[in-house]
Amino acid sequence: MPAVTETREAVEKLGQSSYKWGFETDIDMDVAPKGLNEDTIRLISARKEEPEWLLEWRLAAYRSWLTMKEPTWAKVSHPPIDYQDLHYYAAPKKKPGPKSLEEVDPELLRTYEKLGIPLHEQAMLAGVELPEGETARPPIAIDAVFDSVSVVTTFRKTLEEAGVIFCPISEAVRDYPDLVRQYLGSVVPVGDNFYAALNSAVFTDGSFVFVPKGVRCPMELSTYFRINAKNTGQFERTLIVVEDGASVSYLEGCTAPMRDENQLHAAVVELVAMEDASIKYSTVQNWYPGDENGRGGIYNFVTKRGACRGARSKISWTQVETGSAITWKYPSCILQGEGSVGEFYSVAVTNNHQQADTGTKMIHIGRNTRSTIIAKTISAGHSDSTYRGLVRVQPKASGARNFTQCDSLLIGDQCGAHTVPYIENRNMGARIEHEATTSKISEDQLFYCRQRGLSEEDAVGLIVNGFCRDVLKELPMEFAVEAQKLLQISLEGSVG
Amino acid sequence: MSAITQDRSGTLAPFGARLDGLTDSVRKAAIGALHKSGLPDRRVEEWRYTSLRFLAETPLAAPADIYDVAQVQAQLENLGLSTGPLADLPRLVFVNGRYAEAFSVPPADVEVSFFAKTQTFGTLSCPDRDPLTALNAALATDGAQLHVPAGKKAGHVLLVSLGQTDASVSFHPRHSVTLEEGAELTLISIQAGQGRYLHNPVLEISVAAQANLRHVTLQAEGQDAACLATTYAQVAERGTYDSFVLGLGGALSRQEIHARLAAPFAIVHVNGAQMLGSRQIGDVTSVITHAAPDCTSRQTVRNVLDGHARGVFQGKVYVDRVAQKTDGYQMNQALLLSENAEIDAKPELEIYADDVKCSHGATVGALDEDQLFYLRSRGVPDAEARQILIHAFLDEALGLIEDETARTLCTQMLARSFPVAGENA
Repeated sequence: MPAVTETREAVEKLGQSSYKWGFETDIDMDVAPKGLNEDTIRLISARKEEPEWLLEWRLAAYRSWLTMKEPTWAKVSHPPIDYQDLHYYAAPKKKPGPKSLEEVDPELLRTYEKLGIPLHEQAMLAGVELPEGETARPPIAIDAVFDSVSVVTTFRKTLEEAGVIFCPISEAVRDYPDLVRQYLGSVVPVGDNFYAALNSAVFTDGSFVFVPKGVRCPMELSTYFRINAKNTGQFERTLIVVEDGASVSYLEGCTAPMRDENQLHAAVVELVAMEDASIKYSTVQNWYPGDENGRGGIYNFVTKRGACRGARSKISWTQVETGSAITWKYPSCILQGEGSVGEFYSVAVTNNHQQADTGTKMIHIGRNTRSTIIAKTISAGHSDSTYRGLVRVQPKASGARNFTQCDSLLIGDQCGAHTVPYIENRNMGARIEHEATTSKISEDQLFYCRQRGLSEEDAVGLIVNGFCRDVLKELPMEFAVEAQKLLQISLEGSVG
Repeated sequence: MSAITQDRSGTLAPFGARLDGLTDSVRKAAIGALHKSGLPDRRVEEWRYTSLRFLAETPLAAPADIYDVAQVQAQLENLGLSTGPLADLPRLVFVNGRYAEAFSVPPADVEVSFFAKTQTFGTLSCPDRDPLTALNAALATDGAQLHVPAGKKAGHVLLVSLGQTDASVSFHPRHSVTLEEGAELTLISIQAGQGRYLHNPVLEISVAAQANLRHVTLQAEGQDAACLATTYAQVAERGTYDSFVLGLGGALSRQEIHARLAAPFAIVHVNGAQMLGSRQIGDVTSVITHAAPDCTSRQTVRNVLDGHARGVFQGKVYVDRVAQKTDGYQMNQALLLSENAEIDAKPELEIYADDVKCSHGATVGALDEDQLFYLRSRGVPDAEARQILIHAFLDEALGLIEDETARTLCTQMLARSFPVAGENA
C-alpha cells in the first residue's frame, strides 16, 4: 500500500517545523511567587482589588480543591503535576489605566500582529472576505487576554450603545458586582471538579458578557488567549449571560509560544441562556502541542458548561481542537428550559504524542429538549484521541431527542482512536440515536482523487476537509478560515 | 478504571467463613485478589450501572446437598425438557451448582468430565481483574468440562443449571468447553430456578482452528435470584463463536462475555435480547478483543423494558495494533414501555489499528406511535398492537439465532413472559 506509506511519511515529516506560532514575547512580567496557598489567593484577590465576597468565594473553592483528587478516568497520561511549582499570577507590567491602544506596550501590539489578531478595526476587517452579494459584515469585538490580564477591549462603545456588556471579568467584578455575584459559579459550582475548583480559587481574568433582554448582539465577540510567561498556568474565567430573547456569538481562539516545559491551563467557561436566548460559542484551540517526541506542550484541562435555563433557549458549542499536548475538555449543556436546544460540534486532531479526551454532556431535564452531537476525530502519529460523551435523559424530559454521530479517522498504525459514549435514559418518551464509525482514509476515495490528477496531499486534504465539513460549516466564517489553516498545520503533509 | 486500594473485604460479608481456610494455590490467589477488590460497587467503571447491593442484604450460605426432587422435576417440565424436541437432546443438569446425574443424559460425541473430580481451572479467566470470577475461583465446587475432539460434529448439548432452595445460598459452577480443530457443537445453556440464590458461573470456551461453537443462553432465573455469569471465549484461526443470550429472569442478572479473536479470520457474534419488567435489573456486558488481523465481530442486543426495570448494556470493542483489517459492528437498541423503566448504555470502541472498519450504534425510544396508529386503524386492539410491535422488535434479534431448536425454545420462553395478548388490561 504505497499510498498509506506515503501518508505516514508525510505525517512524520511534520516535526517541529510546523508550529508557526512558536515565538516568545519579552515583556516585563509582574509575577507572584510559585506555590498555592491561601496567601497566594489573598494576593491575587488584593492585586485585583476584589470585594470581600469574591475572596471568600475563592477561598471556599480552594478549600474544596484541597479535598479533591485529580480525575483519573480520562484516557490520558502525564507525569504528576506539582501544583506548588507553578506561578498563579502573572500580569503585564501595569501602567495606570492603559485604556487606549497608544498606551499599550508596543511589544504587546507586535505580538498580536504576529498572531494576526487584528486589534485595529481596519486590520480586523482587512483579513475578512465578504461573501458575494453581502454588504459589510458586522465587525468583531475582541477582548484580548495577554496571559492573565485583559489589556485592551475594543468596540466597547458600540456594544454599550446596544446595552451589551463585554469586558474583562475583573472589571465586571468592579463595575457590575451584582450581576457577577448572581451568576458566577451558578453553572459550574466552586467544587464541581478538581480543575474547576482550582480555577475558581486562582482565576486571574477572562471575559464577561451580558446581553440584556431582547438584544441581538450587534457584532461577534472574540477573545484571543495567549499563554506567555514561563511556568505560568493560565486560569481564565469566562461568564456569558444572555437574557430573554437575546443572542450572542462568541469566538475564542488561542495560540501559544513554543516551549519545553509543560504548562497547565485550566479554564472555566459558564454560559447562561434565559428564555428564547441563544448563545453560540466557537473555539479554535491551537496551543503548543509539544515537539515530535512529545516533549513540552500545554495541558488543557477545561470545564465548559452552559445552562439553558429558559424555555426555547439554545446553546451551541463548536470547537476545533488541534493543539495542546493533553486535552481534557467536555463542553456541556444542561437543558432545563422546555424545548431548549443543545449542540456540540467538534473536530479534534491529534498528531505526534498528543492526547485528547474530549466530548460533551447533554443533560435533558426539561420537556421536549433536543440535542445534537457531531464529533470528528482525526488521529495521526503516536497520538491517542478519545471521544467521551454523556447523554442523560431525566424522568421529566418527555419528548427529549438526541442525535449523536462520532466519526474517527486514523492516519498511520501507531495512533489510537476511541469512542466512549454513555447513554442514560429514564424517560420512555425520549428518543436517542447514537452512531459511531472508525476507519482510515479509504483507498477507493484516494484512488478516485489521484486518478483525477490530484496529488496525494491534495487528495488527503480534500478527504479530511470533507470528513470535518459538518463541523467546520458551523463555525463563523472568520473562524472557518482559521480552522482550515490549523488543520493544515496540524496534519501538514497529509493535508494539502 | 481507578484502582481501589483500601481493603474492601468487608463487602464479602455475605459469604462469611466460606472464604477462609482454602489451601489450593489458585483459590488462595483468588481470595487474595478478592480481599483487595471486594465486591465491586458503582465507583468501579465496569460496574457503574449495576449495583450489587442486592447481594449484601443477606448471608449466602453454601447450598444443602438435599433438594426437593419433585420441584426439580417440575422445573424441568416447565422448561419443556420432559417432553417435546428438547427432551431427546443430551443434557447435563446441575442443581444448586452440583451435577445431578439422575436428571442428565450425557452426550455420546462429547467427552465430559467434571470439575468436582478434576479441580482444573482454565487459563482464560482473569480473577485479578474480575472480582466475580475470583469469587467463583474461590468457591467453585463443580461444573461440566466438555471436550469435542477434532473434526467431530457433536450436535446439541443442553447445559442446565437449576436453583432449588428455601434458604439464601450461592453456588459458583465452573464450566469449560473445548472444541478441537474443525469440531462443531451447539450448546444451549439454560439458567433457571426457584428461591433466593446467587448463581455465579464461569464458563471458559476455547474454539480451535476452523471449529464452530454455537452457544445460546436462556436466562430464566427465579424472580428472587441473582445471576452473575462470566464467559471467557478464545477463538483460533477461522474458528467461530456464535453466542446469543436471552435474558428474562432474575431480580438481578449480568451476562458478561469476554471474547478474544486470537488468530486471523476468526469470527465472534455476541448477540442478545432482554425482556424485563417489575424491578428487574438486567446487564449485558461484553468485551470483544481483536488480537489478530482479518477478524470479524458482530453484536446486536435488544432490550424491552417495562415496569421499573432497568436495562444495562456495556459493549467494548478493543482492536489491537496488529489487528488490521478488523471488521467490527455493534448495535444496541432499547424499547421503553413504561415511564419508570430505564436504560443505560455504553457502547465503546478502543482502536489502535488504522486499517479497520468499526462502527457502533445505539437507539432508545418508545413504541412508534405511527406504527401503533397503523395497526389500530386496521382494527387491531391497542394491547394486541403493542404486543405485535414488541414481538417484531425482538424477533429481529431472535432471528440471529442460527440453530432452530434453540430459537424455538427462546421464542416460546419469551412468549410466556409476555402478559396475555389481546386482553385490554
